[in-house]
Amino acid sequence: MSFELNYELLVGLLVLTTAAWSVAARDSYSATVGFVSYGLLLAIVWMQLQAVDVALTEVAIGSGLTGLLLLGAAARLRATEVRVVTRPSIALRTLAALACAGISVALAATVLTLPQPAPSLAAEALDALPATGLGNPVNGVLMAFRAFDTLLEKVVLVLSLVGVWSLAPDLGWAGRPRLLHPFADDGVLGFLARTLPPLGLLLGLHLMWNGADEPGGAFQGATVLAAMWLLVLMAGLGDAPQVRARWLRVAAVAGPATFLAVGLAGMGIAGAFLAYPESHAKALILLVEVPMMLTIALVLALLVAGPPEPTPDR
Amino acid sequence: MSPTTLYGLCGAALVGIGLYGLLTEPRLLRKIIAFNLVGSGVFLLFGVVARRGADAGLGGDPVPQALVITGIVVAFSATALAVALLLRLHETGGGVTLDDEAESPAAERSKP
Repeated sequence: MSFELNYELLVGLLVLTTAAWSVAARDSYSATVGFVSYGLLLAIVWMQLQAVDVALTEVAIGSGLTGLLLLGAAARLRATEVRVVTRPSIALRTLAALACAGISVALAATVLTLPQPAPSLAAEALDALPATGLGNPVNGVLMAFRAFDTLLEKVVLVLSLVGVWSLAPDLGWAGRPRLLHPFADDGVLGFLARTLPPLGLLLGLHLMWNGADEPGGAFQGATVLAAMWLLVLMAGLGDAPQVRARWLRVAAVAGPATFLAVGLAGMGIAGAFLAYPESHAKALILLVEVPMMLTIALVLALLVAGPPEPTPDR
Repeated sequence: MSPTTLYGLCGAALVGIGLYGLLTEPRLLRKIIAFNLVGSGVFLLFGVVARRGADAGLGGDPVPQALVITGIVVAFSATALAVALLLRLHETGGGVTLDDEAESPAAERSKP
């Protein structure tokens, strides 16, 4: 067995161990910390699979933002953690384990018998890429070839924000989202919240702009922006906006609305919904990407911040 | 065995681990975490299909890779909604576990 495979075996085992830990840990907070490490290790796997764009997304959203969200929830539910959790009986658990092992074995058998040679759309995607003016095939798929998926996913983001906000108590509508750790801090958090945002802003915009040709894109860039905003809010250096603020609502739908408008315009000028005329493809994609980035950054941060809650009079 | 196949088996195992947590863990927050494990296992299987489809000088087939990116964002949206529901349930005095033995705050309050 070569060194390469040993390394991959190690990464795979670490991924499985952290996954098992986040299921088996007694304390939910530890389980969540396990889940965050799991996400980081999984990003290494994505790198090994030559999927840099996915690795960036996994590390930013799958591990980072999801981790923040879960840590906040675990901290809030800590008081409810009972010492002894009564799990189902041994017999039931064995049955569940057998059923799950069966599913894993079936999936593993599928992996081992995947068709040879593997079907691929890589050549087609690469052939059609010059027409979009982009150099990164993954972004070509996201913004042009499968633009419909990307449009719907933006709608899902906005809908889930509507869902989260609908959980606000009646008085909450006049309030602001509750922050995860609402304390003013002049220590490390305050220092980072003062120094990191300019760099984060630059990095976020760089990821988005460079995403046209290199790994990265509007998503990964927007996640960095969202993280910077959350950092400022968590350090108490800024106020979360009131959810009834008009600019907030306009910004939350600006991305999907522009996307939809460009898509509908495509019916007239390029002959199909979400089609771009070849001469202006790059410009139109940028026109969609900029408001989309704003919307994604805003909605991601607001999803982590949670529903608005009544605030005491200031 | 190629590294890609190895990670494919890893993805298959992740789905099993996540499902087991989803079935046997009574705490709702833990069910959300387990559900995310199942999801990322499925994404990993997609990643293996993408890697196997490496062609035309690319490291992998960009179509499944783009689908996974979309999937990760949708999974995050669903998780955010689930966590918000859970916290609201907690605030309104509902139990945050399906464990019958555990005393929920509501049950404690209703005691004489």
